Amino acid sequence: MTTVERKPVFSCQDVHVYVEDKEIVKGVSFEIFPGEKHALMGPNGSGKSTLAAALMGHPAYRVEGEILLNGEPVSGLPADERARRGMFLSFQYPVAVPGVSVASFLRAALSARRGADVPVREFRTLMSEAFDVLGMPRSFMARYLNDGFSGGEKKRLEILQMLILKPVFALLDETDSGLDIDALKVVSDGINRAAGGETGVLLVTHYQRILNYVAPDAVHVFMNGRIVRSGGPGLALELEERGYDWVEPEAAAVVGGTQ
Amino acid sequence: MTSKERAIASINQDYLEKYGFHDPEEYLLRTPKGLSHEVVEMISRYKQEPDWMREIRHRALDIFLAKPMPTWIDQSMLAELNFDDLYYYMKPPGELTRDWDEVPERIKKTFDRLGVPEAERKFLAGVSAQYESEVVYHSIREDLEKQGVIFLDIDSGLKEHPGIIKKFFGSVVPAADNKFAALNTAVWSGGSFVYVPPHTKVEIPLQAYFRINSKNIGQFERTLIIADEGAFVHYIEGCTAPVYSSDSLHSGVIELIAMKGAHIRYSTIQNWSTNVFNLVTQRAKAYENAIVEWVDGNMGSKVTMKYPAVILAGEGAHGEVLSIAFAGNGQHQDAGAKMIHLAPNTTSRIISKSISKDMGRSSYRGLVKMTPGSTGCKSHVECDALLIGAEARSDTYPTMEIAEDDVSVEHEARVSKLADEQLFYLQSRGLSEDQARLMIVNGFIEPFVKELPMEYAVELNRLIALEMEDSVG
Repeated sequence: MTTVERKPVFSCQDVHVYVEDKEIVKGVSFEIFPGEKHALMGPNGSGKSTLAAALMGHPAYRVEGEILLNGEPVSGLPADERARRGMFLSFQYPVAVPGVSVASFLRAALSARRGADVPVREFRTLMSEAFDVLGMPRSFMARYLNDGFSGGEKKRLEILQMLILKPVFALLDETDSGLDIDALKVVSDGINRAAGGETGVLLVTHYQRILNYVAPDAVHVFMNGRIVRSGGPGLALELEERGYDWVEPEAAAVVGGTQ
Repeated sequence: MTSKERAIASINQDYLEKYGFHDPEEYLLRTPKGLSHEVVEMISRYKQEPDWMREIRHRALDIFLAKPMPTWIDQSMLAELNFDDLYYYMKPPGELTRDWDEVPERIKKTFDRLGVPEAERKFLAGVSAQYESEVVYHSIREDLEKQGVIFLDIDSGLKEHPGIIKKFFGSVVPAADNKFAALNTAVWSGGSFVYVPPHTKVEIPLQAYFRINSKNIGQFERTLIIADEGAFVHYIEGCTAPVYSSDSLHSGVIELIAMKGAHIRYSTIQNWSTNVFNLVTQRAKAYENAIVEWVDGNMGSKVTMKYPAVILAGEGAHGEVLSIAFAGNGQHQDAGAKMIHLAPNTTSRIISKSISKDMGRSSYRGLVKMTPGSTGCKSHVECDALLIGAEARSDTYPTMEIAEDDVSVEHEARVSKLADEQLFYLQSRGLSEDQARLMIVNGFIEPFVKELPMEYAVELNRLIALEMEDSVG
């Protein structure tokens, strides 16, 4: 008899991130199981975005510690290899690539993720559905990637990519910033659909607002390069009410207690 | 080897196989090495030219000998160009024909290998194929011929239409214009003569294909295109050569004349091997409401100096230069454009894009001139340079000479590094570093590529992919 063991889709153990010689992330551990959404909340400048980019494999960072995707170590792999294995990062500031159409980019990305060219017909169908979910007109297909897009349009396109690439684990970096309330609802709906199955999600955010639409299973408070407190969804509300300062004294205690 | 080192090592890596092959040197006539009045006399006599043309050649040689090398370029650019070490005329075997089957086997094979007959069948209205100093194959679709369109090699043009040639030859680019125009005028051979009658639209392109096969040869194409009132023509030229360790020279002169309301588009896909000096003078005269467009793609050569120009001579004329230069290791692309506004309400647009990779160097050198009385004129200049690698170099030398108040001139210049953040973004979506790099470069040249006929756009994208390729494959 074998027992079915539930394995995390993503986990990291004592991860440190350095920019040149400066330590930005100072030992972070968490694990996310299939279908779980976790929120990583922290004030500006706490190193949240650095952590997200480093986990995705940004070459500018030196990373120590163990990072596992579906139980496999990915620490030494370049970003594209991590992506093909099912990691996804929704950028806080998506990058413009002038001259490259959204359609050709998406097709290349999807083909890379699958390891095979996507037939044109299937691609069209997928695109139509995804564009409808995100409330984006089809004319976006012909536009150059993120070039001249408003902040909200960029964020919609990020989540659209998540929707079609079907990641195993998605890091969403400040996806809610720069969105008005209507856009926030649409984008949240997209996240919920994209994460509907087994996908694990880490929502990196400064504010509690998006958590009204994307309900987290767990909340981690991230300050000064460390997770200083973890808890259930209620923790986000408490933070919203009392501010990050409230955690600060406790942060010291937690830090003191870490191995 | 790091991926960057591999990229440096791989530049033009399949050029040798695809274009860089060569046939044994065969010729019916070759002038002795070096340049002299005897050589000029020999070429002209051999071609049985009228006296007036022979005299033009000799006068041009005197101008060439008297003129110093250009002083405004980086002197290292042409330091290795040795005028005494070149053959100025080489007549390949076989006679000019309109039938591919009659082209000597070896030369035919070369053009087959380069895909020329196939392109002719598929999407061209006329083809000219020049090998060394002479055009060996020339054809035009019968329907166009019936409409009065003339598409000849220029030597035949001189024999059949001496009056037109005498009137227009050197009228746009005089021999004294610059040292290389003088050189071309002295020893020109091959090139095309095109005349499109009034209100005739040649909807599919004419193409000339230039091939240098031998070592140390100079190729001096001379092209004259006249679009009569309201006519349209698109002419394309493509160039390749074998890879040799010694240098060759391609120095063409192209003259375009767009009469009232005419429209000429001239596209170049230059992919010379990196031992060819490519020093070309291209200039057009645009009369009332005429449009002239130069679409200029410089991928190959060791050194290119080329500044397509439009003289806007009639009211309402429009000139356009859209150029892309790719400078890989050891290459120097000195390209640009000139717009000379002589008449009121004329407009011009220059879009120049360059990519410098590794130790490659590209320059934009441009002139916009508005003469007194050129009221209501507009010019827009845009230069974008993309640098790949820390050693790559790009320079911009824009000149504006504005002698009229009632005009509008805009100039934008941008230099960007292939950004790490763009690479990371695309890689985070699963694209490999090489794929990502290629996508960024293709995006950069997209505004240029979309102006080319499909087949050429595909070819250009393929060339860029090869230039960018990281490993053998």
